[in-house]
Amino acid sequence: MTGVGAARPPGASVRVFLVDDHHLVLSGVRAELGPEVEVVGDADEVGAAIELIAERLPDVVLVDVHMPDGGGQAVIEAVGASHPEVRFLALSVSDAAEDVIAIIRAGARGYVTKTISGPELTQAVLRVADGDAVFSPRLAGFVLDAFAADPGMGGGATPSFDPELDQLTAREREVLRLIARGYAYKEVARELSISIKTVETHVSAVLRKLQLSSRHQLTRWATERRLL
Amino acid sequence: MSPSTSSWPPPDAGTAGDGSPPHGTSPGDSSPNGAAPPTGADPPPADQGQPRRAWWRAPRLPGPLRRSTTDRVAGGVAGGLASRLGIDAKALRVLFVVLAVGGGTGLAVYVVAWLAIPRQGAPESILRRVLSDRHTVALAAAFASVIIAALLVLTALGLTFTANLVWPVSIAAGGLVLVWRGADDDERAFLDELMGQAPLIASRDRRTRRSTVARVALGAVLVAVGLSGLVTAGRPTYTVIETVIAANVVIVGFLVAFGPWWLRLARDLATERRERVRTEERAHMAAAVHDSVLQTLALIQRAAGDQREVTRLARAQERELRAWLFEGRSPGSFHESEVTTVAEAVAVIERDVEADHKVPVDAVIVGDCPLTDDLRALMAAGREATVNAAAWSGAPSVSLFVEVEAQSVSLYVRDRGRGFDPGAVRGERRGISQSIRARMERHGGSAVIRSTPGQGTEVALVMPRSAPAPP
Repeated sequence: MTGVGAARPPGASVRVFLVDDHHLVLSGVRAELGPEVEVVGDADEVGAAIELIAERLPDVVLVDVHMPDGGGQAVIEAVGASHPEVRFLALSVSDAAEDVIAIIRAGARGYVTKTISGPELTQAVLRVADGDAVFSPRLAGFVLDAFAADPGMGGGATPSFDPELDQLTAREREVLRLIARGYAYKEVARELSISIKTVETHVSAVLRKLQLSSRHQLTRWATERRLL
Repeated sequence: MSPSTSSWPPPDAGTAGDGSPPHGTSPGDSSPNGAAPPTGADPPPADQGQPRRAWWRAPRLPGPLRRSTTDRVAGGVAGGLASRLGIDAKALRVLFVVLAVGGGTGLAVYVVAWLAIPRQGAPESILRRVLSDRHTVALAAAFASVIIAALLVLTALGLTFTANLVWPVSIAAGGLVLVWRGADDDERAFLDELMGQAPLIASRDRRTRRSTVARVALGAVLVAVGLSGLVTAGRPTYTVIETVIAANVVIVGFLVAFGPWWLRLARDLATERRERVRTEERAHMAAAVHDSVLQTLALIQRAAGDQREVTRLARAQERELRAWLFEGRSPGSFHESEVTTVAEAVAVIERDVEADHKVPVDAVIVGDCPLTDDLRALMAAGREATVNAAAWSGAPSVSLFVEVEAQSVSLYVRDRGRGFDPGAVRGERRGISQSIRARMERHGGSAVIRSTPGQGTEVALVMPRSAPAPP
């Protein structure tokens, strides 16, 4: 938990804002976050969250995916338009691929499930504050599935408008596979004999593709996933 | 329990442990047995001014003479010799074939080398292993004597060239019997595959039809050749008849002398095969009992204070045993009616393990496909690995990752629990060896288990997909 914060000036703690409509979650997360993180406020509904975030300008917003009035996606879209420097990490119990993909495409820099442990959550927040991406095993699995090399499931060749964005490299795939197997970034780095920074670079590249790819499969895949 | 930032595996985790190679995560993985040439011995690139190697030369490698496991057509003799002598394996193979066709020596030398040279990675040669088994030696002797008899009869019939074949061919025949009986499991699997490609010998149910056709065709050709020989020879002269009678006398002589012995050996072979089938069945049974009964008993011991939980476990076990004994549904497997795809099976594992062991399972699945027999075995082994992790590792959660690809389905079970030393697992711990490894191998898959004491365990299972589903 030390290597991550290295890019920030020492002593400066990361300012975090919490958005969740369950008060139990709000207080639970507050209690679990480590001392490297300072909670500068919370909100339990979309409107208040947008106002308060614009006022306090935190480094990272931990946002619940599912809330009334548009959920985390609405918060990210509203704040992102006016304050692009604020970074978002999605926190959810939801397993629906559609929601997860949607919130990442709205601009969240990562997705973790609420079962995550306190130290891991802290580390994820620090990572997002540094501009890196945070992939949980489940998100890694979703991405591997959505960017499957074999487009057989949907049938027919969907034209790829931008191969740069619409495909994962072999190395990115390897990194995602290890994350899906439950490896922490540090363990991924050791397994592949690369630096943690390189792992972060790969994951960020995947995040970018996930956000920008115009690949048809992505949306269709997520919708199909829900129908199953 | 180690925190999430624990460094696992340590740098040498892949090579420590049970000696299995790290599973294919790093590209350019070299051969597990170190058969790949060390960089120093790499062949020089042809276009860098260095003299080109003669066509029959090959890089010469240090180390003891071993039969190759990577470059082999039959026993890996040529491949092994090639890397020791620095001669191209193909050239050696041609040499063996030429010597075999002209006089049979090549065949005999090859088989003797097969017997005497240990396989790469094996502790001893087949010959050494097999010589202690009197039964096998007798079988080889019997087979060799049949060949000798047959060749002598042919010689008596006037085929002079067969006289020179007697020794090399009978040595090769006896030697092949020793190879066949003495090969270890790995090599036997390879030989099985090799035999499967020979239409005359393959008797696997799927190929029966084709092999019957081939056999009948070959028989018909032989009869036709023999008959035409008789016809073109014209009227049988007195000497021809005399020779045929003499040959028959020789045959009868051999039959009287060796017949009963051959018969007994054949019967012993049949008995032995039945025995082997029974042993395999017992292994199946042991795996199934371990999966259900032993695991449940262990759970009951842990929950001894909680009467309701004990009752629940006992009930569930009773139901499962009944299903097994009276309906033939073996425990720990996934049944057609209930579970039909990989994703459903993963969901079942997740649900059952969480319910029985109160340990969350983080399951991630990529892709999906219908379950086949092989994949059911994969899921059963995967369930077993997950149960082991939940029950014994002490980790707060277990990661389960399944990826369905066009060629294969891989399954990883990972925990950050206490781990163990895979080299030190005692024989009576049947879980890993029977339920996971043996089960995977029976279905053509593979299992690699990596564990470090104090840092966790990962079980990697890969099952090839026999028939890729049509899109």
